[in-house]
Amino acid sequence: MAQSNNSTKKILTVAFALCFVCAVIVSTAAVALRPMQQLNQELDRKTNILEVADLYEPGMDIQTAFEKVTPRVVDLRSGEYTDQFDPATYDSFQAAKDPAQSRTLSGERDIAGLSRQEAYSTVYLVGNPDDPEQLILPIRGQGLWGLMRGYLSVQGDGNTIEGITFYSHAETPGLGGEVDNPNWKAQWQGKEVYDEQGDLVPAIELVKGGANESTEVDALSGATLTSRGVTNMLQFWLSPEGFGNYLAKFRSGVDQDDAEQADVELEAEGA
Amino acid sequence: MAEATPKGVLTTPIFNNNPIALQILGICSALAVTSSMSVSLVMTLAVIFVTAFSSMFISLIRNHIPSSIRIIVQMTIIASLVIVVDQILKAYAYEISKQLSVFVGLIITNCIVMGRAEGFAMSNTPGLSFLDGIGNGLGYGFILMVVSFIRELFGSGSVFGFTVLAPVQDGGWYVPNGLFLLPPSAFFIIGLIIWVLRTLNPEQIEENEFQMKENTQPKEAV
Repeated sequence: MAQSNNSTKKILTVAFALCFVCAVIVSTAAVALRPMQQLNQELDRKTNILEVADLYEPGMDIQTAFEKVTPRVVDLRSGEYTDQFDPATYDSFQAAKDPAQSRTLSGERDIAGLSRQEAYSTVYLVGNPDDPEQLILPIRGQGLWGLMRGYLSVQGDGNTIEGITFYSHAETPGLGGEVDNPNWKAQWQGKEVYDEQGDLVPAIELVKGGANESTEVDALSGATLTSRGVTNMLQFWLSPEGFGNYLAKFRSGVDQDDAEQADVELEAEGA
Repeated sequence: MAEATPKGVLTTPIFNNNPIALQILGICSALAVTSSMSVSLVMTLAVIFVTAFSSMFISLIRNHIPSSIRIIVQMTIIASLVIVVDQILKAYAYEISKQLSVFVGLIITNCIVMGRAEGFAMSNTPGLSFLDGIGNGLGYGFILMVVSFIRELFGSGSVFGFTVLAPVQDGGWYVPNGLFLLPPSAFFIIGLIIWVLRTLNPEQIEENEFQMKENTQPKEAV
């Protein structure tokens, strides 16, 4: 018995049969559960968006509440909406990996540590899409240990912050991980992205030892590098490299020429 | 382990032959997932499921596994079960699967599963192997729950997410001990548990495998 078990034929038969059975089981599970998993991811994303917009209550029906929110795809260079992509299916993370739909960032321009940035991004408008109450912008950037991804909600004036949330990060629990702390997030409400000069350079930053200005937010104690990451991320995404041109359309007293002069080019590689 | 009784294989791994405390297996995941009790509980259930069923399936086909590829065969069965568990968690317990992240996948490399497959299931009947898997999963889970209870209580002031000691951030009096949220604290706690178990059960104390020489004097070293 032991002899025949170790014959080449037996080894191949067992290996093949086992692989076949396991492959069937695994793929059945994966295919059968996929719709459920996608629904969960979708719900999770919507929950995060509702949370940052301060519309979320535990136990609410996410799908119904999300009807107030309209996704639109924005061309980051011009700040205009585009109908080139379907907002429901456009994936800006995928686009950032595609050389034809993204550009490389390096050196001083890449303060958020992204390496690649997509040319189009999905924003979420709360309320009437023509005159939104809130603009929800996806933001991401390097923290201390890895990429932090989140949403920033800006009010309809394109300047006042409504809220911020991070849905994925790898910061130290208890220190940098406090970016999830509701008390810390609460102090973002009412802060302003830009100072009074009316240019496209974001002034918002995290400061140590108490925030005095309307563009300052208390940094996280014991998490200097995470705080710096959050500052860099916001400075990047709210500048003309990110959503600066888009937000300028909602702000009053901003010279629109400024927006056009902003030197942001898409360096498409390949075809 | 000459004669394995159903009751014996189910209960001995919990205290007398605990996979973490006596065999010192599966420490890595025990450090990683024990910062909150609900996550630990799900991890425990996942490990019990995988150990029990992998032991059972391996035992079912044990007489047909060629010894030259037996480790790969065991690995394939374990890995398939782990993927199924991961898929189920993503579908029905999305929040917890996000917190467990990579550690569900790492059950594949958990030495307990592999150890039971190789050490027990290969030479016992499917029924007994199944119970042995459950027993060892429970032994793993017992340590996990104790460690996560201590870590969550002192690290976040809560038990199963319910606040017990109101932490300072929320206006309470308790200053959470950040060390308990970090994996090294689990190392200390598991060490203390091993100490307690071996004090209660002196036969668990292993004999020294080698005797350390006294310090050498400089002139002896030459």
